[in-house]
Amino acid sequence: MADEISKVDEAASPTAPPPVAVPAAKPEAPAAGMPLLRIDAVVKKFGQFRAVDGLSLDIHAGEFFALLGPSGCGKTTLLRMLAGFETPDEGRILLDGKDMAQIPPHQRPVNMMFQSYALFPHLSAKDNIAFGLRRARLSPSDIDARVSEMVALVKLEGLENRKPDQLSGGQRQRVALARSLARRPQLLLLDEPLAALDKKLRESTQLELMELQRRLGLTFVIVTHDQAEAMTMAGRIGVMDAGRLEQVATPRDLYEAPHSRWIAEFVGDINLIEGKLDASGDTHLTMARRLAITTTQAGTIYVAEPRQPLTRDNLCVAIRPEKVKLSRRPPVSDDTRAINRIDGVVTDVSYLGGMTSYKVKLDTGLVLRSSMANTARLDIDAYSPSQRVVAWFSPEDCLVLEQ
Amino acid sequence: MSGRSIFTRPARFAAIAPYLWMALFFLVPFLFVLKISLSQTAIAQPPYTPVFDVAEGWEAIKSAFAALSLDNFHLLVTDDLYVLSYLRSLMVAAVSTAILLAIGYPVAYGMARLPPRWQAIAMMLVIVPFWTSFLIRIYAWINILQHDGLLNEVLLALHLVSSPVVWLSTDSAMYLGIVYSYLPFMILPLYATLSKMDPALLEAASDLGASPLAAFWRVTFPLSLPGIGAGALLCFIPIVGEFVIPDLLAGSDALMIGQTLWLEFFTNKDWPVASATAVVLLLLLLAPLLLYERLQRRQLEQA
Repeated sequence: MADEISKVDEAASPTAPPPVAVPAAKPEAPAAGMPLLRIDAVVKKFGQFRAVDGLSLDIHAGEFFALLGPSGCGKTTLLRMLAGFETPDEGRILLDGKDMAQIPPHQRPVNMMFQSYALFPHLSAKDNIAFGLRRARLSPSDIDARVSEMVALVKLEGLENRKPDQLSGGQRQRVALARSLARRPQLLLLDEPLAALDKKLRESTQLELMELQRRLGLTFVIVTHDQAEAMTMAGRIGVMDAGRLEQVATPRDLYEAPHSRWIAEFVGDINLIEGKLDASGDTHLTMARRLAITTTQAGTIYVAEPRQPLTRDNLCVAIRPEKVKLSRRPPVSDDTRAINRIDGVVTDVSYLGGMTSYKVKLDTGLVLRSSMANTARLDIDAYSPSQRVVAWFSPEDCLVLEQ
Repeated sequence: MSGRSIFTRPARFAAIAPYLWMALFFLVPFLFVLKISLSQTAIAQPPYTPVFDVAEGWEAIKSAFAALSLDNFHLLVTDDLYVLSYLRSLMVAAVSTAILLAIGYPVAYGMARLPPRWQAIAMMLVIVPFWTSFLIRIYAWINILQHDGLLNEVLLALHLVSSPVVWLSTDSAMYLGIVYSYLPFMILPLYATLSKMDPALLEAASDLGASPLAAFWRVTFPLSLPGIGAGALLCFIPIVGEFVIPDLLAGSDALMIGQTLWLEFFTNKDWPVASATAVVLLLLLLAPLLLYERLQRRQLEQA
């Protein structure tokens, strides 16, 4: 009987199972445009140290949001405030329009998956998953149905009766995930959920998490220090440093259009060349407007005009290694994509399988990194150390960052 | 027996050392006691017969063996004095352990939640009484509890009582003494279990909708059961055989088995009955001792 009822429920709303498990959950949908979670100028101090420093952020229902940052940047503190384990010193946290300040953790429609998993060692996998359902005072048959559903969801069939110490790391991770999903929280918080897994398992679990999030239509906020993980899974990423959000953007924008030098360096590899704007070098080589930037280490570099007008003098040209091409001979001279070209010598070659990474010491003294995909099995295009090459890159691929 | 031992010679010695210790200091003395418990009392030196003497030859030893009997054990089960003493000992130990648990658990729980610096200080405070002789501390209690002692003076000064109350030589005084003396043995194993507990477990419980009280009963309490078991047995076992505290603080109308044993040995000079009493006491404690050993082993396996 219970099975039939739950099936009917799911048929009624296939994408978003109703969050009936938690009494605190509000049944009515939030107003259109209203974010599910609003973090409003939140400050958290530990003594004199401002772990979270006036942070504001909106997260909408159904989002997969990643908080990315180096250790100690405050991302875990922020997550713990969302769960209710820490109280903000200033600012507000609104969930579904409701101020969470006075709501203790056990009454929030939020669940958290802990980095250590925090599985109850005295309970079986099944009882761990059922823990939250029992606290919500569901009927035993409903609990059994939901537990079997969760066990199937994370593919733990046959291991239900094992204690945590009889499970492998990957299996424990699944129990922790199932336990945090069992109550169908409005918001699921994941604190470095994959940090304890090995690389292969981590990558497959990333895909499973994304699939789960889409299928259940839940809102996930994940904390990670692993940028590849954040970029793989999240729809939007918030990069944190020293308690502040440096940039909130899609993975692509974060990589291709970082707001600051710090983010450009934090996310992926990048070549940075410092210089000044050359007002006289405003050229019209092509239809598109170019800016000329005079650098001490690489001569004049032409860049596409940034969308935001420049306000400062000291600039930094940033270019990703995979956008720096190498060739034996100078490219055809009227190719404007090769307007930035500098001679140099290959100093380092790192073969990484899918691609090869080179370091090129330019004649001007600067070391540029370049990486090229190994698209062919035979290395006809490979360069060797001490070989003379031309490094070239297009103005469109250059970023101008103020500093 | 094939295959090479993974143990080097020193390691092998280390492995049998505890057994050697047990054999030398427990098993051999116990066999002496067992033998005496099967003997008859006699006015002689030593005060029992038969006495084994290897010098007298094989026949003498054989007849000595034939003279051993279970008479003393028969006396223990038929005479009320002993049965009542045993029952009283078990009862006193059970009640004391319950009181110790009721006091010790909250103390250990509070200690485990202190900031680390304060935990070390609290730990010191629990252990500090051990620096003074146990007997002196019990005599101090006699001083406090006697007719014109500190307790009565305070109660009179506060006008809570109009005439001095009899504290000494009562069961209350005995329980007070036992609980006071054994409290560290209850607190320390409980504290060890509670302080080892991952605080994230309580957060997880709270996150999953458990109120603080529910989190305690569903998570903290079941996880502290090994500590409760260890603390309870560590107190219960020696309290059953306790002699000094009841002798100094309790009245003389009901005796614990330790006192009965002492009387048989020193007052009645009946070594065989005293030995039989000790053997039965050991048998009574065998069950809790084995339980304690199993608990300890399970904890080691988990660590």
